[in-house]
Amino acid sequence: MIEATLALSRGAFTLDVALSLPTDGVSALFGPSGCGKTTLLRCLAGLERAPGGRVVVDGQAWQDGAAFVPTHRRAVGVVFQEASLFEHLDVRANVAFGWKRLAPDQRRISLDDAIAWTGIEPLLARSTHGLSGGERQRVAIARALAVSPRLLLMDEPLAALDAARKAEILPAIERLHALSGIAIVYVSHAIAEVARLADHVVLMDAGRAVAAGPVGELLSRLDLPLPPGEDAGVVLQGEVGALDAPFHMARLDVPGAAFWTRDPALPVGHRIRLRVLARDVSLSLAAQPDSSIVNQIPATVEAIADDTHPSQVLVRLRTHAGGSALLARVTRRSAQALALAPGMAVWAMVKSVALLD
Amino acid sequence: MDADWAADLQAVALTLKLAGVVTLALLVLGTPLAWWLAHTRSRWKAPLSALVALPLVLPPTVLGFYLLMLMGPHGLVGQATQALGIGLLPFTFAGLVVASMLYSMPFVVQPIQTAFEAIGARPLEAAATLRAGPWERFVHVALPLARRGVLTAAVLGFAHTVGEFGVVLMIGGNIPGATRVISTQLYSHVEALEYPAAHRLAAMLLAFSFAVLLWVYRLRTRGSLLATGATTP
Repeated sequence: MIEATLALSRGAFTLDVALSLPTDGVSALFGPSGCGKTTLLRCLAGLERAPGGRVVVDGQAWQDGAAFVPTHRRAVGVVFQEASLFEHLDVRANVAFGWKRLAPDQRRISLDDAIAWTGIEPLLARSTHGLSGGERQRVAIARALAVSPRLLLMDEPLAALDAARKAEILPAIERLHALSGIAIVYVSHAIAEVARLADHVVLMDAGRAVAAGPVGELLSRLDLPLPPGEDAGVVLQGEVGALDAPFHMARLDVPGAAFWTRDPALPVGHRIRLRVLARDVSLSLAAQPDSSIVNQIPATVEAIADDTHPSQVLVRLRTHAGGSALLARVTRRSAQALALAPGMAVWAMVKSVALLD
Repeated sequence: MDADWAADLQAVALTLKLAGVVTLALLVLGTPLAWWLAHTRSRWKAPLSALVALPLVLPPTVLGFYLLMLMGPHGLVGQATQALGIGLLPFTFAGLVVASMLYSMPFVVQPIQTAFEAIGARPLEAAATLRAGPWERFVHVALPLARRGVLTAAVLGFAHTVGEFGVVLMIGGNIPGATRVISTQLYSHVEALEYPAAHRLAAMLLAFSFAVLLWVYRLRTRGSLLATGATTP
């Protein structure tokens, strides 16, 4: 458990948060630029000092009252937006920089593991100068892992990369927690990254933690300043439930619902994460047996809220059997025509789902 | 002619010794000062920076005059050195070293300070997150990343000390073997109308200074000496 109570002022900006994060997974600090998520991360790392603040990680006080553990004595690893490699050292020396400063009995993650997990073996003898942005960031991640941190802090590590480089690194970051068991706090303003990586989300706005919760619940809430428009949607976690080999399809089971998709070539039982965008979900009062839409899911309307465009509304649904939350975007006219209201039973017609991992 | 040669060689040897001692001492004292100036938010930063830069604009004779007063028998420093049993510094090699250090200070401090500032906070923060304490960050990150600035500082400090004249004359006088360096030896030759001997030394200094500057400019392919924070008088 990470507990942090931090307040500080920098000119017009004020950070004022009190939050606790689980250490068994990836927590995302999510919010628009300037909302204070990077400052919060820097406070956790000890790079910024919030007077009178409190930071406790797994029972160890990193900051409490006047006591302040300096950064180099915290069991923390940090990956910055720019890789910030040491230009006077080659890749191998960069990765080993922190590792060799640990007492041998503190090296829970071996240098070889850190190198293998990030796939940087071919780069080890290289100078840092010829590396691509993606390679630099992978070296930075390996370097942070190699200090066996209790907490790995990542500050928008993909923000400076182009789409191709992002696609190259995201899978590596996705695997990190499962491979290392290290708690990760990931700062991002990109909902796609949060949807893909986070188990737990803290939504930040104007220096405050506005809401926190599991990714599936938090992203489905209509009462939060979440990014509206095309990105509205939910994240669902489950597993591959069954295969339909003749038609090359697979059934993905999440709590309270199942979705048929094209076969992702994963075995039954494999853990998966789905993203269902509100724009891909329409509503019907009855099942449509004569429709080509295969994923028709019975659900109950929980809430209705305005969308960005006045012609549309967002509808929050709960699948039956107390299952997952879904978001649907429908026109205001349809909502009126169907007389949608909280508590009403409907069918969610899901046109497409995205398999995230 | 042989006597001339011997005197010239003695002056050259003394000059190299002076420049070597001054450069080493300035690197040892100037690097922490440059580090402090590069990182401080203290209100003393501006006054101290101005003080360090003074020799760039001050006639050497002004600096030499005040040092002579300070280090003389009635000056604060002079009384202190006498009380400590060191004696008086003017017209000694030690006095020359102290004066030269002050005179060459900006040529050492400014390139190192600029190099430290160019590194920025990020590599040091990264090092802190990798378990490196303040001293390790300085030795293993800041110094290696600032090595060009340190090298430039050493070369400029050395060359500038080799080339000084006014301060030497005010503080050191022109005592063979103790304070007579190349520039004052050259001055003596000219006064005695020994032009061939003067030529020899003058050409040597000219070639040396050009070679040093050529090397420094090659080191930094872009920019000028001014961009490193140092100027030539």
